Amino acid sequence: MANHTIAETLYVPYLDEKGILSWLLSTDHKRIGIMYLISISTSFLIAGISSLLMRLELIAPGKTIVDAHQYNVLFTFHGTVMVFFFIVPGLAASLGNFLIPLMIGARDVAFPKLNLGSYWLYLLGATILLISLLKPADTGWTFYTPYSIKTGTDVILLTTGIFILGMSSILTGLNFIVTIHKLRAPGMTWHRLNLFVWASYATAILQLLATPVVGITLLLLIMERVFGIGFFDPAKGGDPILFQNFFWFYSHPAVYIMILPAFGVISEIIPVFSRKPIFGYKAMAYSLLAIALISFLVWAHHMFVSGMSEVAATIFSFLTMLVAIPTAIKVFNWTATLYKGSIQLHSAMLYALSLIFLFTIGGLTGVFLGSLAVDVHLHDTYFVVAHMHYVMIGGTVMGFFGALHFWYPKMFGKMFNEKVAKVAWALIFIGFNVTFFPQFILGTLGMPRRYADYPPEFHSLHELSTIGSLILGIGVFIMTVNLLRGLTNGEKAPENPYNSVSLEWQVPSPPPHENFEKIPVVTDYPYVYGKKNTQEG
Amino acid sequence: MNWLPEQASDFAGRVDTVIWFVTIISLISFILITIGLVYFAIKYRRRSENDETPYITGNLFLEMLWTVIPSILVMVIFVYGFVVYRDMRTPPQDALEVNVTGKQWLWQFQYQNGKSTINELYVQQDKPVKVVMRSDDVIHSFFVPAFRVKQDLIGGMYTYLWFTPTKVGIFDLYCAEYCGTGHSAMLGKVIVMSPEAYDRWEKGEEEEEGKAVAGLPPDQLGEKLYKERGCNACHSIDGSTLVGPTWKGLFGHEVSLTDGSTVTADENYIRQSILEPQAKMVKGFGPVMPAFKGILSDDDVAAIIAYIKTLK
Ligand code: HEC
Ligand SMILES: [Cu+2]
Ligand SMILES: [Cu+2]
Repeated sequence: MANHTIAETLYVPYLDEKGILSWLLSTDHKRIGIMYLISISTSFLIAGISSLLMRLELIAPGKTIVDAHQYNVLFTFHGTVMVFFFIVPGLAASLGNFLIPLMIGARDVAFPKLNLGSYWLYLLGATILLISLLKPADTGWTFYTPYSIKTGTDVILLTTGIFILGMSSILTGLNFIVTIHKLRAPGMTWHRLNLFVWASYATAILQLLATPVVGITLLLLIMERVFGIGFFDPAKGGDPILFQNFFWFYSHPAVYIMILPAFGVISEIIPVFSRKPIFGYKAMAYSLLAIALISFLVWAHHMFVSGMSEVAATIFSFLTMLVAIPTAIKVFNWTATLYKGSIQLHSAMLYALSLIFLFTIGGLTGVFLGSLAVDVHLHDTYFVVAHMHYVMIGGTVMGFFGALHFWYPKMFGKMFNEKVAKVAWALIFIGFNVTFFPQFILGTLGMPRRYADYPPEFHSLHELSTIGSLILGIGVFIMTVNLLRGLTNGEKAPENPYNSVSLEWQVPSPPPHENFEKIPVVTDYPYVYGKKNTQEG
Repeated sequence: MNWLPEQASDFAGRVDTVIWFVTIISLISFILITIGLVYFAIKYRRRSENDETPYITGNLFLEMLWTVIPSILVMVIFVYGFVVYRDMRTPPQDALEVNVTGKQWLWQFQYQNGKSTINELYVQQDKPVKVVMRSDDVIHSFFVPAFRVKQDLIGGMYTYLWFTPTKVGIFDLYCAEYCGTGHSAMLGKVIVMSPEAYDRWEKGEEEEEGKAVAGLPPDQLGEKLYKERGCNACHSIDGSTLVGPTWKGLFGHEVSLTDGSTVTADENYIRQSILEPQAKMVKGFGPVMPAFKGILSDDDVAAIIAYIKTLK
């Protein structure tokens, strides 16, 4: 699709320059992407370890390794780090930074310095989070008032850190929107964009419009704690439900900030390893936007039993059901892409297929929670915990791992050991299901979430879940070691190991600074696989 | 193995039918997709690098099909869930009202006849109950899985739920909204009695209470309060450690506190431990004991102290 050549003599890979400052001061979108990748992966591993500690505590009733307060601190830490430090900035900032300019045929993002500034803000937020651990908060990642106003733990520092991360996220979103509007290569029309770019675009809109709301909410919370102004505390004439409305007005769209990039990722992986065009390109692109828009209208489905009016609950239940429709379209279209393909079960493809499988479970269990009568029973039980992890791990993390394995050769110019990668995938897939499937049943049986302890009748399912989490942990460990070993011991990667037709594979691995020696001219969309004259179906 | 709790209220069965309905639709969709994935992945696996694949970019009919069918299904699910929910939110006129106050970390119930209980809600079989709730501090949530009911308790506003218990028995009550360190210890029971037993409970207790005020010895009153006010959930009298320290041999002995100091467990220490438990924390225990200020009267506290003195 693109015609260009890179003169071998001029080629200097973006990774070549050494030294920590050459990274921290770099405005190259690829370096910034890699720095995000390192930061979010570290956050993911740390938050993952905290969840293993929680699972160990829950292996049997009674106190096992931590007491109730320490347990509450653990789940707060796990939730805030996973949500605000890994999954919200995660795929959008790391992969988005690395891939968007390459995919649209640009030399960098629209505002490279602002881009570096966003990363520094991320680091600043992370530093503040670490300081807050001196007296770690115990509010849960949702900071519900009035508990978050009354607790003696350090809520102010933690929310300040998250506030700063929010600014980082807003600036990144802005940067991507301008980049996608302004810097597309000649011939790169909207309908020739990679679906990953579409997904990043939809994500960026959400980041820009929703994040300010959580920023202001957390600011109000800080003001209430510091100055005692009664916004949310009923004892001071405030309204605790107002906090929940504000919080979910951001945090529901945030769910899609987390998941849309993963949808984008597997829309890239599946066509390449099926050697088929993505099924229904336009439906795929517009369903991303539809999900983003509807996601602004459903926040109160987190509050059906919080004391809101029955009329409001009914409207929000209805709107919530609507999200299922574009989501279903995506799942069916991915599956249809496989039809009559030539399917290679590369590790990246295994993660992509796992995403479809697991996310389907996550999505369908979301329909349970959207139904009013059912939600009354399931709300705030382990069913929600399981649902959320099927969406977040089964969806986003599978997409993230898939992306790591898929673009690894391009990012680092090296190959990892594919056999080990498959073993790790199998452990992760099995471990994940053994951990979280029993939690659906715990939930339907009535086990509430955020319990440091539980009645003995829930013991066997909790025990099973803990065993699963250990398998999952071992899988992630093997995967991490395998990917790290590839950096030093891996074979050199070719420019285009999977014969992809997408633009990012047409530059050397790893790409040079400024990506393209000559800006390519685009003539078709990036899914032209298979024989054109056999059009059918 | 059962995956839903016992059905012990009149709409538990109806909620379960909705759950089953959604489960069956979900299972069918899930199985279809899984079969599609696995079948395609095997049937069309790559045999050689030069496999020929067709250039299929989409199919309007199919895409319409899998837009319209899920749309219809989710709308049916929505309506069904709504219809049952509407009834769950419409208490009948003749429902018996009980007031509930949630506070960190206990449930206090007040009945129309002036009785009050802690952590135990007494109701009558087949008689609708409307529970009117508020919170004294942070948000809590009243959740009885066997009845399929749940509702948050909020400070500064009343919320309610209702149910008709259909089975005699004792059912678990959980706090479902995270409310701090003692969240997972904020447990209670709903005791459903036959009409006769309920009658006896109402009258019987009244007589007893009358007797108590009239002249039950303080240590016996203390023992009664120990069981009725829920102390027994956390404190044993036989030396074993539950959520809190045992009361056996407590009186007159040294207690080590979290700040490193020690105190002798005399009347004043015990009194303070009951009314403001967080003021002096026993070493090795978390701050999960509810404050009983405003719940136990001076006489009650004195009675409990008298009871603790008997536990040598
Ligand atoms: C949710 C569990 C819980 C309940 C219910 C509870 N307590 Fe406690 N109690 C504790 C814990 C934990 C401690 C130790 C920490 C502290 O000092 O607060 C404690 C400490 C005490 C102490 C000091 C004991 C010592 O060894 O120094 C007394 C006295 C006491 N409680 C009385 C009561 C009375 C009376 C009731 C019922 C009216 C009651 N508690 C109900 C958990 C509970
Ligand atoms: Cu939501
Ligand atoms: Cu509570």
